[in-house]
Amino acid sequence: MAPLLEIRDLHVSFRTRDGVVRAVDGVSTSLGRGETLGVVGESGSGKSVTALTVMGLTRLPNAFVGGQIVFDGTDLLELSNEALQHVRGRRIAMIFQDPLSSLHPLYKVGWQIEEAILAHEDVSRRAARRRAIDALAAVELPNPRDLVDSYPHQLSGGMRQRAMIAMALVLNPDVLIADEPTTALDVTVQAQILELIRGLQKEFGTAVVLITHDLGVIAETADEVAVMYAGRVVEQGPLETILEAPEHPYTWGLLQSIPRLDTPRRERLRPIQGTPPSLIHAPSGCHFHPRCPYAMPMCRTIDPELLESDEGHVVACHLPVDEKRRIWRELRPREADAA
Amino acid sequence: MATAPSVRLERPRRSPTPRALRAALTSSLAIYILRRLVWAVAMLVVVSALTFLIFYLFPSADPAALRAGRQATPELIAQIRRALGLDRPVYEQFYLYMKNLFLHFDLGYSYQNNISVRSEIFSRLPATISLTVGAVVVWLAIGIPVGVISAVRPRSRLDRVVMGAALVGISAPVYWLGLVALFLFASDIGKVPLFGGAGSYVPLTQDPAGWFSSLVLPWFVLATAFAAFYARMVRGNLIDVLGEDYIRTARSKGLTERRVILRHGLRAALTPVLTIAGLDIGILLGGAVLTETVFNIPGVGRFAYDSIVNSDLPSIQGTVLFGAAFIIIANLIVDIGYALLDPRVRY
Repeated sequence: MAPLLEIRDLHVSFRTRDGVVRAVDGVSTSLGRGETLGVVGESGSGKSVTALTVMGLTRLPNAFVGGQIVFDGTDLLELSNEALQHVRGRRIAMIFQDPLSSLHPLYKVGWQIEEAILAHEDVSRRAARRRAIDALAAVELPNPRDLVDSYPHQLSGGMRQRAMIAMALVLNPDVLIADEPTTALDVTVQAQILELIRGLQKEFGTAVVLITHDLGVIAETADEVAVMYAGRVVEQGPLETILEAPEHPYTWGLLQSIPRLDTPRRERLRPIQGTPPSLIHAPSGCHFHPRCPYAMPMCRTIDPELLESDEGHVVACHLPVDEKRRIWRELRPREADAA
Repeated sequence: MATAPSVRLERPRRSPTPRALRAALTSSLAIYILRRLVWAVAMLVVVSALTFLIFYLFPSADPAALRAGRQATPELIAQIRRALGLDRPVYEQFYLYMKNLFLHFDLGYSYQNNISVRSEIFSRLPATISLTVGAVVVWLAIGIPVGVISAVRPRSRLDRVVMGAALVGISAPVYWLGLVALFLFASDIGKVPLFGGAGSYVPLTQDPAGWFSSLVLPWFVLATAFAAFYARMVRGNLIDVLGEDYIRTARSKGLTERRVILRHGLRAALTPVLTIAGLDIGILLGGAVLTETVFNIPGVGRFAYDSIVNSDLPSIQGTVLFGAAFIIIANLIVDIGYALLDPRVRY
């Protein structure tokens, strides 16, 4: 079956005063119906720009967008702004990192949800209001009938994010893009929000793109994981494969830099050496080679393609497969011992 | 979405708003207004004390000599001085002035022609209000749309042209602009006589068409600098607001760009603009001195100008106090109105 959303060789660059920023530099990935795709990577790896481009929110005078974003058989990049409006919110919805700044401070929460309904459906205000209340109840907010008349500043951070989710899901979209939905929240609230998203996803069959820099969040939620680095997907595969048998040195680095309660005290965290590359003057060849401990001469000149190494597991790295499996076996026992 | 609401949820409920409103009025808001009003009175006393001081400390013509005319004897001047109370110490004059003001709302009588300052100001108020309200309408009607158009395409050619013109508008002095307008369009001296010229003001109740024709030029002249300033302000605010996260949310909901800009962007960008508009209206109601003088409109501003020329202390005091009162009231209304415009504001 064709995937619900397929991104093919997406390029997004912005002309700025300092030069052309290649924020997304050849991203290919796909998402099936009802599936959860976790997108993980450092700040500036192009996660959010990819998501915003799917929503058509990077259509700016200084932006160049190339490639294809095929959603349910249509290339979204080919659509007019007007046609795209019918997709936004109704079929693909998005929630953002900071729920306070993402809600309009001068309008009531209920009004903002009603507005989303009225933008796409020809229903009365009364009916829209009733559905807004139902939506607030569905995200397990207390007293939804009072909350519709509250302003965002009267809600706590967790409640606001719930309200954002209610607004995003009120039209029962096919895809929910969640861009760092828990980053601005307390740890205890984070888990609740993730659980809520998972529950609603099961109930409504929504496919979810969960963007985060936190592999812990991915491990809890995703079916499929895409690892991004410097504007590209460097590895993608099923969750277990990425956690158990990753084949990209960057993914190894990410997995090793997670602090764990069960690692011995003396063991130090292992950060990935170096800093993320400039997206204006990206390194030649493999973008990761300046930070890669296993880089070979060819990595400096030849850009590795994203190739299938296993069924459903793609990696962009020049290292021979046997070599990669050997290195990971060496890196991994540390965790196995601890566990 | 979600589960069907229970029957209980469907029951219509009476809105608690009126009761809440009453509670608010009898509590924090009422106390707030009361406190502000007490401060307003104190402020007005200070303002008139300062006006007295300035009048006596800085050299001005002797009002008694001015009143007495060209061939006045020293005896006549002394007699006038006594009649006007100018021979008494300053603090005593101030005390008397305050007493009359508070007990009888009496602003005294003009040194120049013995006319009651209060009735003079009130009789001139309609002209000033006509000028101010018309100018406000003109500048908001020009400034807001121009600002929005500029903000939607910042740094486009249109934006640059319009903002350049706005800079010229802000920089042009009102009296110069007024004279140019008269020279070009006034019915008496204009190259293209379209509207009433200087001194053609007639009250609205007397001749609506004449009233309108006489005020068109002053409205536009007074509104020019404001329209330009407001256009720049709306543009700046709106550009800032359009970069906010909630605008991105509005777009991601699939709203039309028009709705995103006007309903979400402009709504937030206008709150500070309306606040400043309130203050500007207050200032202008106290008298648009330059515009009223250039166009010879018999308003409060023109009266202020004449009283300064004639060293007419009671008239100066009256117009200053009146202007200060308008500014204070406008400030209060703006601060209260802010809570209506922005739900985050509480007193």
